[in-house]
Amino acid sequence: MQPGILQVQDLRVWYHTPRGPVKAVDGLSFSLQADERLGLVGESGSGKSTIALALMRLIRPPGKIESGQVVLDGVNVLELTEEQMRRLRLASIALVAQGAMNSLNPVIRVREQIADAMRDHDEKFSKQEADARITSLLEQVGLNKDVADRYPHELSGGMKQRVCIAIAICLRPKVILADEPTSALDVVVQRQVMETLGRVQEQLGASVVLVGHDMGLMAQFVHRLGVMYAGRLAEVSPVHEIFSEPLHPYTQLLIASLPSLEEKGKFQGIPGLAPSALDRPPGCAFHPRCPHAMPRCSVDDPILQEARPNRFVACHLYDADILAKANGPATAVAT
Amino acid sequence: MSTLLEAHQVSKIFGGGLFDKRVTVALDDFSFAIESEPPRVTAIVGESGSGKTTLARLLLGLVSPTTGQVRYNGTDLQKLPKQERRAFLRDVQMIFQDPYEVYNPFYRVDHVLETPIAEFKLANSPQAGRALMQESLRAVGLRPDETLGRYPHQLSGGQRQRIMVARALLIRPRLIIADEPVSMVDASLRATILDNLRQLNREYGISIIYITHDLTTAFQISDNIIVLYRGAVAEAGDVDLVVKQPKHPYTQLLIKSVPEPDPNHAWGSVELTEAAEPTNGAATVVVSHVAAARQHGGHLIQGCTFADRCPHVMDMCRQTAPPLFHIDPGRAASCFLYREQGPALSSELLNDVMAAAGSSTRSESAPPSIAP
Repeated sequence: MQPGILQVQDLRVWYHTPRGPVKAVDGLSFSLQADERLGLVGESGSGKSTIALALMRLIRPPGKIESGQVVLDGVNVLELTEEQMRRLRLASIALVAQGAMNSLNPVIRVREQIADAMRDHDEKFSKQEADARITSLLEQVGLNKDVADRYPHELSGGMKQRVCIAIAICLRPKVILADEPTSALDVVVQRQVMETLGRVQEQLGASVVLVGHDMGLMAQFVHRLGVMYAGRLAEVSPVHEIFSEPLHPYTQLLIASLPSLEEKGKFQGIPGLAPSALDRPPGCAFHPRCPHAMPRCSVDDPILQEARPNRFVACHLYDADILAKANGPATAVAT
Repeated sequence: MSTLLEAHQVSKIFGGGLFDKRVTVALDDFSFAIESEPPRVTAIVGESGSGKTTLARLLLGLVSPTTGQVRYNGTDLQKLPKQERRAFLRDVQMIFQDPYEVYNPFYRVDHVLETPIAEFKLANSPQAGRALMQESLRAVGLRPDETLGRYPHQLSGGQRQRIMVARALLIRPRLIIADEPVSMVDASLRATILDNLRQLNREYGISIIYITHDLTTAFQISDNIIVLYRGAVAEAGDVDLVVKQPKHPYTQLLIKSVPEPDPNHAWGSVELTEAAEPTNGAATVVVSHVAAARQHGGHLIQGCTFADRCPHVMDMCRQTAPPLFHIDPGRAASCFLYREQGPALSSELLNDVMAAAGSSTRSESAPPSIAP
């Protein structure tokens, strides 16, 4: 695979507590292509929001980025100074956070809040230019231009979230991180906001990392999906393939747990509990809940490997496939 | 067939002080009865501001209706004699959304199970009480030795929510009102908790009101469904009919907006009217109108609450609130598009529709076309 716009190598983010380090993200690697929509899905505590903050370098103590590389458009952002990073945020990589709509300043009109973001990055422009850009930004996110003169409380939740998207794209970033951007919205509005985000992404030619827990939303929005478990990726695959043929046992159970409007009674829970980030089970973190666990799963930590073309999975069930591929190209002819 | 709990022409308005001429209508002329036989699972679905939580609070007697009555065994909840009130508190149990807030962090989780046993004298001896607690925990799939004696913070959100289900079971109520019981629980546990609720209904004959914004889980576990929109019933009836062949334009919009966990099943094409999203979920009307409506009875809200977002809106929709039209044996929709397809019902006749919904044979006929 060619190097993408964003590459994450072996990223580790730990929160240091009196009871020991909480390894929220512990050895995460992925690569994001230009124009791509990547989803990162996981249950609470799987480390998905920590990833979004770490990519923006917004982790605060007691959290710390322990090691790894985050290469954005050829620059390792973990080595930048705070001032360099500040310039990069919004200009190259922007975040639409969970409940971002509540971060709008209630006593300032929308116009000023968008202009503020642009001004802070030393963009020089006249009042007319600024107004024209704000109008076009609002149009891009499907809002009427008179929204600029309103206060946040005069807008609905979906409109506020779209204003936040407008702020996120005001400097045409290459990567947009969206952390549960619609978790507080109703389904009808959720759909409008996601369609807005998708349209904007295509217009800008940007890439999107969508972080969330809703598999339905992922199925509708992303091109490639990574499934997080205990701070790592269990599986990364193109979205159609992950839903039609999930490889990792956790992904299989997760998909089987989803209720649908199609058929009744076809969903079941996953037995057991998610592991504590303080006390990660040895070997594969999923082995205590895994129906296919083998003796080596409790000892050997599986690494994320390409088990099928473009499909990566961290599970010993696929060791034989990967071995076969490594040993002889004759046995692993990709069809 | 006896009516356990009944909302009779209930409206609830909030706000409207000395200077504020506008009030929020959380629920507008709503009637619904829960029969103890047969025990059903009824879903109440709506988005934020639709009045679903207000309805739960009204049914529990936590707030009193502005007009109308909530009756338990035929008696107004506000006028229950002491003895009956105790019976009510036992018969009707609640499971709340947030499994973190209902626990006192200083007590072990045993406390939430011991209290009802002591209060309602469910056991003759401490040993019997202990056995009862263990039995109900096992019924929801928890291991008593791993659960009892722990403090709330030592358990996960899903475990805590299951203890609340176990607690509800322990009391052997006749009705459980569950307000978004799984919205704060991860996908892997959601199925288990919903299964627990379904089991309480099937095996213990407990009626359940499942209040949610999530149409998918409502479809999975309920028999009947009531779709609320801004304080009014949009559509109600048999859950298969309503989900598979929605009639009310709002239900249609809602169902098409659900993101299906299947990339091959894309979001259907929906006519989305831009800026049609209400800034405040609930409907507001002016005070003077409320006074007039109270005298004449009927709806507080003028016109259909969905009119400003509806792709099929007609003039009459803005003038009169649509009554429920009884368009299938087990379903009614309050939309003028169907004014010629079934008789108009007064709100309290919704019960007949719901009763028919459970027993009706599914209508296999093609859905009538939507265009007026």
